[in-house]
Amino acid sequence: MSRRYGVWIAAAAILAVLPHIVRTPVAVPVMSQMGIAVVFALSYNMLLGQGGMLSFGHAVYFGLGGFIAAHVLNLAGEGVFWLPVPFLPLVGGLGGLCFGALFGSFSTTRAGTVFAMISLGIGELMASSALILDKFFGGEEGITTNRVKAPTLLGLDFTTDRKVYYLIAFWAFVAAALMYAFSRTPVGRMANAVRDNPERAEFVGYSQRWVRFVSFCVAGLFAGVAGGLFALNYEILTAENMGLAASGSVLLMTFIGGIGSFFGPILGAIVFTFLQSMLSDYTGIWLLYLGLLFLATVLFVPAGLAGILMLHVPAWRAGRPGRLVGPYVVAGLLTLVAAVGVIGLLEMVHFVVSAPASRTTKRLFWVAVNVRTLWSWLAFAALAAAGALGFRWAAPRAAAAFAEASRPAEAR
Amino acid sequence: MFELVLFSLLNGLVFGMLLFMLSSGLTLIFGMMGVLNFAHAGFYMLGAYFAYTLTGYLGFWPALVAAPLLVGVLGALVERYGLRRVHRFGHVAELIFTFGAAVVIEEVVQLAWGRPAKSYEVPEFLDFPLFRLFQGSFPAYKAFMLLISVAIFVFLFAVLTRTRAGLIIQASLTHPSMVAMLGHNVPRVFMVVFGIGSALAGLAGVIAGPVLGTFPGMAQVLGSIVFVVVVIGGLGSVSGAFVASLLIGIVQTFAVALNISLNSVLAAAGIPLDAQGPLHDLWKVTIAQVAPIMPYLLLVLILIVRPTGLFGTRSR
Repeated sequence: MSRRYGVWIAAAAILAVLPHIVRTPVAVPVMSQMGIAVVFALSYNMLLGQGGMLSFGHAVYFGLGGFIAAHVLNLAGEGVFWLPVPFLPLVGGLGGLCFGALFGSFSTTRAGTVFAMISLGIGELMASSALILDKFFGGEEGITTNRVKAPTLLGLDFTTDRKVYYLIAFWAFVAAALMYAFSRTPVGRMANAVRDNPERAEFVGYSQRWVRFVSFCVAGLFAGVAGGLFALNYEILTAENMGLAASGSVLLMTFIGGIGSFFGPILGAIVFTFLQSMLSDYTGIWLLYLGLLFLATVLFVPAGLAGILMLHVPAWRAGRPGRLVGPYVVAGLLTLVAAVGVIGLLEMVHFVVSAPASRTTKRLFWVAVNVRTLWSWLAFAALAAAGALGFRWAAPRAAAAFAEASRPAEAR
Repeated sequence: MFELVLFSLLNGLVFGMLLFMLSSGLTLIFGMMGVLNFAHAGFYMLGAYFAYTLTGYLGFWPALVAAPLLVGVLGALVERYGLRRVHRFGHVAELIFTFGAAVVIEEVVQLAWGRPAKSYEVPEFLDFPLFRLFQGSFPAYKAFMLLISVAIFVFLFAVLTRTRAGLIIQASLTHPSMVAMLGHNVPRVFMVVFGIGSALAGLAGVIAGPVLGTFPGMAQVLGSIVFVVVVIGGLGSVSGAFVASLLIGIVQTFAVALNISLNSVLAAAGIPLDAQGPLHDLWKVTIAQVAPIMPYLLLVLILIVRPTGLFGTRSR
C-alpha cells in the first residue's frame, strides 16, 4: 500500500517545494503553465491512450471551459453572486462536461476515422463560430477577466505568481489523482477494452458507445478544468485557445510523452512546455524543432518518452543499468553532434531568409558565425554528417548493450 | 440579380474544380491506405511556393510543369520513407504522422520563404478581363484555371477507367492482396498514387497561388475544406469527390454574396427583434458571415447521418 501512495506523496512534496528550489524569475510562470498543460494532456490521453479515440478538437472543451470560467469570474467580480476564486476551475470543468456531453452524444457513435473527422469538424466549427459570436467570445480581442476582484476564501488572494502557482499545483494534483482513479474504475477499464476490441466488449455486455461517451464526458470535464486554470492564470481567453493549433499542440505533447502509460502525458506536457518557453526565447523556428521532434517520435519511438523509460524497467530489475551508461553516453554525444550540425544549418537558413541583408554574423552555440561564407555552412554540414555516421556506428552497440542488460537474471 | 447568380456560379465552378484537384488525390490516397492525409494541403502550399520561385528563373509555363513534378517526387518520398514505416503501427499512427508532416511542411515553408505573403502574381499574358457583363468582368486567369482543372479531370478519368495502369490502381483500391498475387508490386502502386495525388495538389497550388494568395497559412485555409469535401463525397470515391467539390464550391461562393441575417428576414416580415437580448449575437449573424462555418456544419451532419458520405461504400 505504501508504495502505491508513495509516488503521489512524493509528487505532492515536489509540487510544494519546487518554487523554493528553482529561483529564476521565469520559473514560477512556466511551472504554472506546465501544471495547466499536464491536466489538459492527461484529459486528452483519456481519449487517445485509454479510449483509442483520436481527437482533433479537444481544445474546444478547454476553450469553452475557460470562456465560461472567465465570464463567471467577471460576474463574481461584479458581485452578481458569491463564488470564491479557488473554486473557479470547477466552473470550467462543469462547462467542459456540459459541452462534452452535448458533442459527445453524437460524435462517440463510432471510433476511428469517423470520430477523428467529427472532432475536427466540431473543432473548426467552434473556432470559426468564436469569431462570429462576439458577445460571448469577444471576437478577435477575446474575453479579459480579473482574478483579484472576485471574493476571497479564508483570506486567500491571488496577487502574486507564486500564489497562483500553488492554486494551479493543487488543482493539477487533484485532477491527476482523480483521472488516475478513473482509469482504475470498471468504466475506465472498459474504455481500454473497447479501444482494443469493441466487438468483444459488446459480448461482455457493455455498450461500446456508452463506454466511449462516458470517457468523452470525463475528458471534457478535465479539459474544462484546465481551461478554468488557464483563465485564472492568464486572465484572458481568445478564439485561438480553442482552434486547431491548440488541439494539435495537445496531441503533440501527449504523443511525445507517450500514450501508453499514465505518466506519459505528464512527461510530455512538462517537456513540451519547457521546450516551448525556452526555445521561443532563443529561436524563431522553435515550432519546426517541435514538429521534427514529433515526427521522429512517430517514426522511431511510437511509445513516446514514457515508452523509452518503461523499456528499461527489465534492465533495472535485473540490476544492470550500469552497463548501459557507456554505450548510451557515446550514442547520446554523437546524436548531440548531429543535432548541433542540423540546428546550425537550419538557424543559418532562417537567418539568411529573415534577417536584414546587412547583417552577416549570428551567434550560434556561443560562437559568432559568419553566415555569408561557405566555410561556416560546410562546418555545420560536416558536424551533421559526422554525427549521423557516428550514430549509425554507435546505435547497434547501444542496442546490443540494451539487449544484454535486460536479459532476465535467471537466464544467465 | 442575374449578374449575381451568373458570376457566383462561375466563381463557384472555378473554386469547386480547384477543390476537386485537391480532393481527387486525397480521396484516392484514402481509398488505398485508409488514411486521410493531413499533409495534402501542405503539398498544395509547396506547389504554390515552388512555382513562385521557379517562375522567377524559368518563366510561367516551365514552372507550371516543374513545380507539380517536384511536389510529386517529394510526396512519393514521404510515402516511401515515412508513411510506409509508420504503417505497421496502425491507422491512428499514420494519421498522426501525416498531421506531424503537415506541421513540419508549414514550418519549413516559413523557414525557407519567410513569414510574409509572397507576391506570386497572375502572369501578364493572362491578366486581362475575358468578358464584361453589366458592371462585372470575368478575369481570363480564372477561365485558365477552369480549363486546367477540367483537363485534369478528363485526363484522370480517362487514365483511371481506360488504361491498364488505371485498372491496376482501381483493383488495388479494393483488392490489394489479390493484385499482389497477380504479380504487381502493390507498395509501388501506393507510392506512385501518393506521388500523383501530391502532384495534383501541387498543381492546384501553382494555379491557385496567384488568386487565393501565397502565404504560410494557405494550407490551413483550404486543408480542412478539402477534408470536408472528401468526407461528404464519400471516402475513396472519386465521383463523389467531384460532386461534393462543386457543391461546396458553389454553396460557399453564393453564401459569401448573400448579406442576409435572421434579423433582417424577420424585420422584413414585420417582426422586429430586441437588439439587446442575450441571443442578439445569433440574430444579427449574416449568411455571408456563416459561410466559413457551413462546410464544417455539413461535415458534422453528414458524418452523423450517413458516415459513408454521399457516394461512399465503406466507413472506416
